[in-house]
Amino acid sequence: MLYIKCPHCGMRSQNEFAYGGDATVKRPELNKEISDSEWNNFVYLRKSPRGKHLELWQHISGCRQWIKVERDTLTHEIFKTFKAEE
Amino acid sequence: MSQEFRLDKGGFINRDKKISFKFNGKQYFGYEGDTLASALIANGVHLVGRSFKYHRPRGFFGAGVDEPYAIVQLFRNNETDPNIKATEQELFEGLRAESVNCWPNVNFDIGAINNFFRMFIPAGFYYKTFMWPKSFWYKLYEPIIRKAAGFGKASIKHDQERYEHKYEYCDLLITGSGPSGLASAYAAAKNGAKVILAEDKPRFGGSLLTTDVNIGNQTGVEWTKKIISELKSMSNVIVKNRSQVFGYYDHNMLVMNERLSDHLPKTEKYTPKQRLWYIRAKEVIISSGSIERPLVFGNNDTPGVMLSSAAKEYIKVYGVIVGKKPLIFTNNDSGYETAIEFKKNGIDPLVLDTRNDPKSDIINEAKSLNIKIKISHVVVTAKGYKKVKSADIAKISDDKKHLSEIENVACDCICVSGFWTPSIHLASQSGNKSTFSEEIDAFIPDKSKQRETTVGSAKGIFTLEETLENAFESGFNLSKKITNNDNKISVPSVVEKKFTNHDKFWCVPLPKGKNYKRFLDFQNDVAVSDIELALREGYRSIEHVKRYTTLGMATDQGKTSNLNGLQLVSDVENKVVPQVGHTTFRPPYTPISIGAIVGREVGKHSKPTRKSPMHEWHKKNNAVFVDAGIWLRPRYYKKGNENLFEASKREAKNVRQNVGVCDVTTLGKIDIKGPDAAEFLNRVYTNAWLKLPIGKARYGVMLREDGIVMDDGTTTRISENHYHMTTTTAQAANVLSHLEYYLQLVWPELNVNVVSTTEQWAGAAIAGPNSRKLLQKLFTNKDVSNESLPFMGYTEGDFFGINAKIYRISFSGELAYEVNVESDYGNFMWEKIMEVGKEFNIQPYGTEALSTLRIEMGHVAGSELDGRTIPYDNSLEGLVSKKKDFIGKRSLDKAAFIRPDREKIVGVVPLDKKTSIPEGSYLVKDPKAKLPNPKLGHVSASCWSVEYDNPFSLAIIKDGKNMIGKKLYALSPLKNKSIHVEIVSSHYVDPEGKRVRS
Ligand SMILES: [Zn+2]
Repeated sequence: MLYIKCPHCGMRSQNEFAYGGDATVKRPELNKEISDSEWNNFVYLRKSPRGKHLELWQHISGCRQWIKVERDTLTHEIFKTFKAEE
Repeated sequence: MSQEFRLDKGGFINRDKKISFKFNGKQYFGYEGDTLASALIANGVHLVGRSFKYHRPRGFFGAGVDEPYAIVQLFRNNETDPNIKATEQELFEGLRAESVNCWPNVNFDIGAINNFFRMFIPAGFYYKTFMWPKSFWYKLYEPIIRKAAGFGKASIKHDQERYEHKYEYCDLLITGSGPSGLASAYAAAKNGAKVILAEDKPRFGGSLLTTDVNIGNQTGVEWTKKIISELKSMSNVIVKNRSQVFGYYDHNMLVMNERLSDHLPKTEKYTPKQRLWYIRAKEVIISSGSIERPLVFGNNDTPGVMLSSAAKEYIKVYGVIVGKKPLIFTNNDSGYETAIEFKKNGIDPLVLDTRNDPKSDIINEAKSLNIKIKISHVVVTAKGYKKVKSADIAKISDDKKHLSEIENVACDCICVSGFWTPSIHLASQSGNKSTFSEEIDAFIPDKSKQRETTVGSAKGIFTLEETLENAFESGFNLSKKITNNDNKISVPSVVEKKFTNHDKFWCVPLPKGKNYKRFLDFQNDVAVSDIELALREGYRSIEHVKRYTTLGMATDQGKTSNLNGLQLVSDVENKVVPQVGHTTFRPPYTPISIGAIVGREVGKHSKPTRKSPMHEWHKKNNAVFVDAGIWLRPRYYKKGNENLFEASKREAKNVRQNVGVCDVTTLGKIDIKGPDAAEFLNRVYTNAWLKLPIGKARYGVMLREDGIVMDDGTTTRISENHYHMTTTTAQAANVLSHLEYYLQLVWPELNVNVVSTTEQWAGAAIAGPNSRKLLQKLFTNKDVSNESLPFMGYTEGDFFGINAKIYRISFSGELAYEVNVESDYGNFMWEKIMEVGKEFNIQPYGTEALSTLRIEMGHVAGSELDGRTIPYDNSLEGLVSKKKDFIGKRSLDKAAFIRPDREKIVGVVPLDKKTSIPEGSYLVKDPKAKLPNPKLGHVSASCWSVEYDNPFSLAIIKDGKNMIGKKLYALSPLKNKSIHVEIVSSHYVDPEGKRVRS
């Protein structure tokens, strides 16, 4: 079980968190004309890197904040965690 | 003394306390402090089971966790446990155990016939034989294998025992209380670290219990006692025996199983049987010691052949001798320690040493005790079937290839020592890539991947002096890193016997013309010849050889067999062991009961149960409950002998004709506040929200970004910047996370806060033509006329002195109101509604009637919003704004979503107006068409229409809008039904929606 540092609450076990996917994906702005392929990239296409990955987690059984976690997908090493706005 | 193999003195057993037990129906006794194994050996019982494949007789091979043979079915307090190691099971009064894997009994086992046909059961036998024909598999092979395979029988009764889970955090977790564990725990604890010391066995001390050494001016046993009692007195230390750390997981999370009650006749009240500890340790010190390796020779699985260290442990710990004519077969000095213990107790052993000129203190000591020693000698084969009776021994050439001077010597046990294998399992589980040490012919931990340090013989250090030095150092250094303290304990002086080098020889060659089975894996019956065959057949990877031959795959996970297997592969392949590599170690280190893993999450505790504040009232009024997510909701209220169908029909009819009340507390509720709340809702929902007036509710649909409907519900504007959102019961948690995601990550500039208020409000839906009359009587001071409180209106009112919120919304399609009060007043509200509603013929209705009402109105719910449908499919396209952008809007242009024959919701009525259509039925044109019959759609929800008194269903069907009036068939292969149906509008009752506005 991973041990994740919530930037708001401190070190907490993984079972307090929910995984939220790739943190580098940016939602296209509202009301902006974009191509089908741009939109499909946003909705469906995700990289599955071996190694460093910036990802979203939500501290659902804690402060309910969405946070960013820089994690190695191979070794599970967590390098750093960030608040949503960081 | 009636126990033939029990010594008069010695060991840690309590000879004043006799304990009686039964094995295979026969009564025996042992002493307090015995294991089942030591007590049986004391009574001269050496035959305890049969092997897995050939059903060969099995005795005892070890004295602890490494035991591959002595597995029994245990009976304790009306429960039974399979696969219990007799070497680990402590004796208790009334213990009952039986042999496994033998039928009809251990002395005469029919399966042993396999033994005579074993030429037919070589490596890969199962793969080769049971391939075809397929039908034989189900009828013949599988039942036979099932009967013949496996150890023990699981109980089919519900386990009445209690198991607990516990979370703990510490600076240092130390796994094992041998000299290295004790020393590192002591050094770290004295330096202020929070320490957990875990010992698998009942007694602390590990090898100190069985070796004659001095530490400082004390014996090893005295020193152990002193350290343990000091550690136990310290507030920063947790000391646990009978506790196995069996798994090393990510981020230094280790799991330990504490066996609190297995050694007692029954579990005491308020005590669990076992407790699983999840331990998050800043640093881990692995002090799990080492396991002696067997030497391999002919028929080396005969009962009476056992590890030399085990024989020594039986003498030193239990005061039991495993035989009276012992043969010690060793390739290192450890065998001599055992020989000396026999000799000290008046028994003459014969030592066979594979080395040609060994010299050391301990050999000199053995010689001075007049112990008979034959150097350059080996055991060729054990003789005897159910117990060793003699052994063929021989001189071996210096190149270890040729045997000579073969002779037969009488013996009743053969104690083997093939040197020591460090227990690197935990280190390996943590990700430590081990390295092969030529010096000790075994793998030792290499560079740590997690925060883990191995000490003592688990690291391949076999002298006590070095072990203590290394362990004190590690305990101090690691604790210093954490506590910053500098309180160093000096390492005590040590008196121990010096050992000389071991012999790399481990497998005795076969004499000419002999074909003895030489076993590597004693539990799975894997012999040298099986590995050789697998290699001849082309298997190369050690992982493949393991699976093909089942080497090391039994319940002991090859603790005694793995390394010899690797040696053999490397010998045959002419490689060095590191090139062969070893198979992966995975948790658990030793079998753990499912009960311990599950803990208290059993039966109704497997998830929380949520009850509404009105739950007790429902119960008193004969509600039959149904699980709705984690909530319990009344499904129907039983009157007399009514069944579900009759009761729900009555309840639904009463709503259509009079008035009904339904507990809607479980609906998800989210409070939304902030100046940008309207803008936020406008982005979340598909319809327009900027102009919703205060005191008005609106129905909304929200999508995922891929255009699929996520949830629906009403949201009410309470005041300028305050909204009350409702979600479906099932989606409440997901919707909240969804809203938080957009507010925190996507649009942080919006000034909005959301919070769940599901549990804060108790809700009652009052529905039916009489509902306004009832509401007026509930809120006497309030004008609740259609003009003052129109459809989708909201107001607050005084409910017999309590503030209540009134929403005029309807799920049933009738004139309806939802009244919310603070949860604590829920029951009061409910009782008042029932009391005042009496004159209007009020009846409570459950979820089944609720479904009926919404289905015949064509209102969609979870069965239509099933994660596959878009607004159009649910005829909700009128709620999709063309003017503004919202979550998921861009996806709705997808070609598949705007296809002209896109699926759409319709109603389905059987032509005979009698046959109910099973939910999940397929709609097809021709019921007899060739399979696969083209599917037009599926029936999502079914009910018995109380309005028309015939069955009615909703379906989502291709080109739905052009299908109205068509005749199709509903097929349910599961229920074997084919029903001729007509497609109608999904709005079966009151299609104009007059009633809700009346
Ligand atoms: Zn937090």
